[in-house]
Amino acid sequence: VPATVLAEELLARALAGERRALARALSAVERGGLVPASAALLDAAAGRAYTVGLTGPPGAGKSTLTDALIAIERAAGGRIAVLAVDPSSPYSGGAILGDRVRLAPQHLADDGVFVRSLASRGHLGGLARAVPDALALLDACGWPTILVETVGVGQTELAIAGTADTTIVVVNPGWGDEVQANKAGLLEVADVLVINKSDRDGVARTRADLVQMLALGAAGRAWTPPIIDTIATEAIGIETLWTAVAAHRSELEQSGALAERRAAERVSAGCESRSP
Amino acid sequence: MAVSGELLDDGAPRVLMAKTSLDGHWRGINVVSRALRDGGFEVILAGMVTAETIARVAADEDVDLIGLNVGGRVEVVERILDTLQEHGVDVPVIAGGTIPHYAVERLTARGVRSFPPGSSLEAIVACARELTRTTTG
Repeated sequence: VPATVLAEELLARALAGERRALARALSAVERGGLVPASAALLDAAAGRAYTVGLTGPPGAGKSTLTDALIAIERAAGGRIAVLAVDPSSPYSGGAILGDRVRLAPQHLADDGVFVRSLASRGHLGGLARAVPDALALLDACGWPTILVETVGVGQTELAIAGTADTTIVVVNPGWGDEVQANKAGLLEVADVLVINKSDRDGVARTRADLVQMLALGAAGRAWTPPIIDTIATEAIGIETLWTAVAAHRSELEQSGALAERRAAERVSAGCESRSP
Repeated sequence: MAVSGELLDDGAPRVLMAKTSLDGHWRGINVVSRALRDGGFEVILAGMVTAETIARVAADEDVDLIGLNVGGRVEVVERILDTLQEHGVDVPVIAGGTIPHYAVERLTARGVRSFPPGSSLEAIVACARELTRTTTG
């Protein structure tokens, strides 16, 4: 069977809602193996999903927050997909993809949840190269909400901001003790800020630092990122967080920014990714 | 989206590692996972999960191999093999941990390569390479 035909047949089955075909199509996307005709098919079907990015330093609690957000979305009756990115070893090319360990067993067995782990495979920016195409695929296959969890990031891995509709930046109490300039990049991409593990000492100080940092860049911004305290392991603050994401979404929809974003995505998909 | 004719990146082979017993012993699975990572594998950790969940995760993650950590009871592994078959998940399985000798034979009969205590990490990685060679070119 020629690869072209296989990819198109696979994609057709995935678009028809066959879960196994979606899983295989994601592998094809990771290998860069979908053909142009498939891409056109994807574009036609995509554009409806809302993408939420979760980023922050290693150990901030991104995976545990992912688990809590899956729970709240499922409780509301929504289906949700997750792309969880972990770093590949620069030495062996291998990777430990451990984000599932933080997910509750009921999510792992739930038909309304689809989780895919991706290794960064040497791609810079905190994501994997396949993420945009994987998002288009999940979108086209009818997953209405997609969480993207980045690798643990430092100052420069900020690709998530150009990928997600709403970017959540997760930090912990005490994070504000570092040199201010270090934090600028990560804070700039935040649509919603989370201070997770907020039962630890130093919340007030970290919040004050974040407020100050946000004030520096506030001029001309239509949206002021809210700062939300959470304790992800106890599901505290999760409703407030999800409500803030919804508020940001409304803002993007009402201002027309979301429509502009979708149009730009179509243009970049046509011009950049599609050329050999 | 990539176009035909572009050089394909075959990527690393993907392995699902799961614990099959309720004991708190994570060391075995962690040591083997690390060795597989160093051998160039992408290792998806599922932790302690049911047979149904192993089948679901193996399918969703489209893995090339499943590694099971066994805590003495071979019946649990056999139930997982049955469940994989029921769900149409046709992926090779390797098993490590406290596997008694009689169980090694039973698992071999079901096509599972067993690594009882004393097995070397090199042997496990070599076996994983052999079993994933066809799927990863």
